[in-house]
Order: sequence, then structure tokens, then C-alpha cells
Amino acid sequence: MQRLEALNTIYPLLKDHIVVTNMGAVAVELYSLGHQPNFFYLEHSMGLASSVGLGLALCLPGQQVTVLDGDASVLMNLGTLSTLARYHPANLIHLIFDNESLLSVGGFPSATATGTDLAGVAKSSGVEHVAAADTLEDLDQAFTAAVDREALSVLVSKVEAVGPASFAMDIGLLENRIQFGRFLQGISSKS
Amino acid sequence: MPVSVANSRIIYEALKSINVGLISALPETWLVHLTSMADEDPDMILVRLNKEEEGVGISAGAHFAGRKSVMMMQNHGFLTSINGIVSLSQLYKIPLLMMISYRGEMGERDPWQTQGGISTEPVLQALGIPYNKLSNPDTVLKELAAAQTLAESSQRPVALLLTRDLMWEE
Repeated sequence: MQRLEALNTIYPLLKDHIVVTNMGAVAVELYSLGHQPNFFYLEHSMGLASSVGLGLALCLPGQQVTVLDGDASVLMNLGTLSTLARYHPANLIHLIFDNESLLSVGGFPSATATGTDLAGVAKSSGVEHVAAADTLEDLDQAFTAAVDREALSVLVSKVEAVGPASFAMDIGLLENRIQFGRFLQGISSKS
Repeated sequence: MPVSVANSRIIYEALKSINVGLISALPETWLVHLTSMADEDPDMILVRLNKEEEGVGISAGAHFAGRKSVMMMQNHGFLTSINGIVSLSQLYKIPLLMMISYRGEMGERDPWQTQGGISTEPVLQALGIPYNKLSNPDTVLKELAAAQTLAESSQRPVALLLTRDLMWEE
């Protein structure tokens, strides 16, 4: 499965979610499918996309928050999985695309290439609902089930180590940040 | 334990006065009473961290959600959070109020705290983070409010160092 196909599969559902991505290919590919003001691309601070998602989910319990993450980013902040498990906000989905690679910086193998099982780590960290979804059909089902479940879900999808030709995005960091902030201001003032 | 309960209460009440609704924290001796007060307060979201840098992300999420937050940690926690502070708070211009217990300054008896104490202010200065040292309980509220105001108007991290004079009684 390619990550772009995987993103395309869940994309229709994301229009109603607050979405935070990690840096690199995930951000570029989601953007290529069509930017929305509810998408925040965290273009640095590797490992913190899930922490931003946790803060959003705890403070906006009426909104569905989805974090789109990568294996190397999660490995850099592995403690995040036990913090997510500890507070287990019902409105948070953490989807980790695992390409077993630090693709954006030259394709060096990450530790999931040598046996680390992120779904297993999430489970052992105390996350109750963990699923591996390695085909488009499985991901479609697992993501829909996670939305319907109304409980913290961590999904891990193995994807091919291929990415976009360029990591350039036609939206500035601060442009994205301000637009996302304004979108959420609108939500906060209504709730 | 000679951590000041009275001054911890003054700091906590000051945080409530400036509408802080989320505290992220890692256990630290000087912060035990503050952390317990947050834990006992049904209106406060307390997020206990595994590593302090997570708190930078959580505070960013809280800011986007319109909730005022403070990140509470020891100065070694600040030192371990630097990448998040630089590449999230500073890069994306997100206000971040940090309350840092200032271990390793004058009077420190624990040898293991001393190097971090020496490095704290130079690192804050190198990062261009405005900071103030809190040592007088009578001015805690004013100084906390001022730090929050600057963090929000400048959309930057701002730090308050909690000193031994404020936190410790013996």
C-alpha cells in the first residue's frame, strides 16, 4: 500500500476532523489531495504531532481529532503513546504510517525495519484499541471503526517507502498556522 | 519536606486568576504541592508527562483550542525541551508560558543539580526567551500576569524561574 492511496481512502472523512500531521511526506501528500483549513502540518518538532493532537483533544472534547504520523517521528517521542493511553481522550485517532524508513532524509532504515512493532508498543503502553491496517480495505474499515468507536484508537499502517517528488508546499508555515488558528477560533466560540 | 505549601498556594491561585486551564507537568520536588493542587482541581486539566518536550506540543494544542496553559517543570526539563520550543513554539509563533523550578542556583546542596543551574539562564538568553525570576510571594500574581501577557502579545515562549527563596522553607 502506498501512503498516498491510504490518505486518499480516508480523505473524505477528514473534512470533519481536526487534523495534525507530522513533517515530510505525510504533510505534502495530504496537501496534494486538497488543503482544508482544519489541517495543520507540523513541519518540524519531530515527535510532537501526537502531543499537539492530545492537547487539542483534551481541550475540545466535542471535536474529532486525527493525528497522521510516521514511524520515525513516533520513535523519537515513544513516551507519547503512554501519555495518550493515560488520558485516552475518546475523540483522538492516532494513525501511524510505518514505512520503516527515514524517507525524507535519504531513506535510512528506522528501528521498525529491525523489529520494533509500534502497534505492540501502543498496546503495551496501555492503549486499548490498537489495530494494524496494512491494506486499503483494512484501513478503510479500521479508520471508520475508530471514528464510530468514540474511544482513543491507535492505527498502524505499513506503507511503501515512496514519497512525493518534492517536499515543497505552496502554503507558508505561518499561513497554515494562522488559518488553522482562525478555523479553531470559530469552533471554540461556537462550543 | 520543606517545600513551601503557602507559596505554592499563592502561585496556584495566581494561575487560576489568569485563567490557566491546562497544566502539563513532570514530577519534581519543588512542584509537588502545585501538582497536587492541579490534580485536586476539577476545573484544571492536568497532563502528567513522560518527558517535558511533550508539554510543548500539548500547550500548542491547548492554545489552538483557546485554552490558556502553563508548562511546569524543572530546569532540566526545560533543557530537554529545547527542540520543541525552537521548532514548534518559536517557529510557528505560538505563545508558551513556562514555569521552571530553578534548581542548582545559590544554596543548592544536590551536586547533580548544579550543572543545569549554571546553564539555565545562558540557554534562555541564547534562545531569546524573555524570563523573570520569581522570589517574592507578594508579586507572584503581577509577574505571572505580565509573563502571560507578553507570551500572548509576542506569540513567543516566556519563562518564569521559580527560585529557592520562593519555593523552599527551612
